[in-house]
Amino acid sequence: MSAAIISLTVLGIVLGALLGVAARVFRVEGNPLVEEVNGLMPGSNCGNCGYPGCRAAAEAVVKGEAAITLCPPGGKALVAALAAKLGVSVDMNAVVDAGPRMAVVTEELCIGCCRCLKVCPTDAIVGAAKQIHSVLREACTGCEKCVDRCPTEALAMQPVPVTLQHWVFPKPASA
Amino acid sequence: MMPAWLDRLLCNPWGVHPQDDRKRPAADNPLRHMPMPDRLYLPVQQHLGAPARPVVLVGQRVLKGQLLAEAQGNVSAAIHAPTSGTVAAIGEITAPHASGLPVLAITLAADGRDEWIALDEVADPFALSAEEIARRVAAAGIVGLGGATFPSALKLNVSRRAKIRTLIANGGECEPYLSCDDRLMRDEPEGIVEGLRLIACATGATEICIGIEENKPEAIAAMKHATRGQRDIEIHVLPARYPMGSEKQLIQQVTGIEVPADARPADVGVLVHNVGTALAVARAVRAGRPLIARVLTVAGGAVAAPGNIEVPLGTLVDEVIAFTGGLRREPARLVMGGPMMGTQLPHGRVPVVKGTSGLLALTAEETGVRPSGPCVRCSSCVGACPMGLLPLEMAARIRVGDLDGALALGLKDCLACGCCAWVCPSRIPLVQYFVHAKGDLAGRERDRLRQEATRKMAAARLERLEREAREKAEAAARRKAERARQKAAEAAAAAAAAQTAASEEGVSS
Repeated sequence: MSAAIISLTVLGIVLGALLGVAARVFRVEGNPLVEEVNGLMPGSNCGNCGYPGCRAAAEAVVKGEAAITLCPPGGKALVAALAAKLGVSVDMNAVVDAGPRMAVVTEELCIGCCRCLKVCPTDAIVGAAKQIHSVLREACTGCEKCVDRCPTEALAMQPVPVTLQHWVFPKPASA
Repeated sequence: MMPAWLDRLLCNPWGVHPQDDRKRPAADNPLRHMPMPDRLYLPVQQHLGAPARPVVLVGQRVLKGQLLAEAQGNVSAAIHAPTSGTVAAIGEITAPHASGLPVLAITLAADGRDEWIALDEVADPFALSAEEIARRVAAAGIVGLGGATFPSALKLNVSRRAKIRTLIANGGECEPYLSCDDRLMRDEPEGIVEGLRLIACATGATEICIGIEENKPEAIAAMKHATRGQRDIEIHVLPARYPMGSEKQLIQQVTGIEVPADARPADVGVLVHNVGTALAVARAVRAGRPLIARVLTVAGGAVAAPGNIEVPLGTLVDEVIAFTGGLRREPARLVMGGPMMGTQLPHGRVPVVKGTSGLLALTAEETGVRPSGPCVRCSSCVGACPMGLLPLEMAARIRVGDLDGALALGLKDCLACGCCAWVCPSRIPLVQYFVHAKGDLAGRERDRLRQEATRKMAAARLERLEREAREKAEAAARRKAERARQKAAEAAAAAAAAQTAASEEGVSS
């Protein structure tokens, strides 16, 4: 009787110690899923979702605190990628996505105050004091940060114009 | 290499061959030369790769053959003036493209004098080094004239580095209606052979094969005549079967080597150049003449007088058709290139570019548009596919938006030749699905690159802000130190002055 008690106790202590050591040695820093989700995010840290940067948004998404439709610049493509990654089903038809958009300066209204270029997370706006500013199409992520900042409402979001390089042959109407 | 009849009997009969390839009478009519139009419209993107950068100003007078736009980046080609005149505008025009979207173009108003710029001729082009030949080809802005418009000089350099063995001249011209290469082989076989020899010099190829489809007996005879007594040049008569002019199919037919997926012909020691490109290379290397005109086929049921025409690049499609004798009736569709792989044009006010091998005005009977039905799984498309793919399965996946499924079935290997859609008894627009999916794939790749760029830009901005803050702090610290030093110096000076004053006082007292 006592032999059984002693052997089981020793076994329990040894295995417990092993588990304790393993938990320290093989500890995972943070949630690896956060890293993967962060890789899918646009990465401009624009804050449009309400979280301080893309990493914080990724953490919230992984924890389930935020909906996967939180990122406006990511659009439908990001929602689909997140849904696939996290195994969440989402009604894609309900996701409103006007396609990629970019900020455009209305030149008659721009007073050259330089406020927008200070908030742009990708330095996509070129300009100098009292000079008309302009948005670089290739660099604009469509985060809308500059739109709120403009004192004269010279900045507005517009769909990214389709060019020869971006045009895709239309899908045939299915029979 | 086996005779054409044996091949037909034994081989897997990929591809299609329409009973009537409609190449005649255009192929038999003598070549005509289009007179110089008043205005030429030269898009800066007439080739695969980056658009050329204009180097002329509006209002500047240019001579025939002068450089208008220089190559920009690794994959690009220069553009030259097809005649002398003034640069009237540099702005957007409708692109010769199915989308009808605008493209940047240089508009040239011809002055009618057609004055050549001084050309850099060489007496013996074969004495030039391989690098020099490639340089002259690049300077002439030559691109693949079969339709792919890949910059030729780049292909020469890649092939030289890959140590290719065999040079194949593509005289397949398998698309129905088209006969511009046929015409060139009949009219200028010596020029083509010289061009091929120069390409062989530039790449180190030791063997030259000329592949011509059996439905061009006159071209075969002309090329045989031009190469008689030349042991290293061999003429291969190929079965007439579309897409024989496709690079991978031609290589397999001529050499028996199959180019693996994701590999280039240079990887198996082969280089393919179109016969038209070879002729342009000969002219560029010997006479220094840039690519400013090309031969194209004007054909189709709606055309009054089909034939082959030499047209200055930048001429409007409408003007070319009007020169040939106009239209017999209103075409149902205007196509640039061949009927299988060509581009439907939005209208005829778009320019002829380097890759324009034909202009087709097709009637409604010729386009044969009929409503499509459901797939009956007859697998005709599988037999027709020259790449051995499963078009019906790929299309089914693309229809439901499963791009990855289509990719796994080999979407990347699809040539978009259109054989599958041509044979489909249900008239399913199979190739249209594939072209759409390839565009989507390219878009996906662009998005990925864009996201990477965004990350880099965001990181660069953070770094800039940090640097600026650091510099500001350093400057503030410097100013503070400066002020402190100044104060100390002032204090020292004051103390010294006080001391002097005190000592002076002592002396005086």
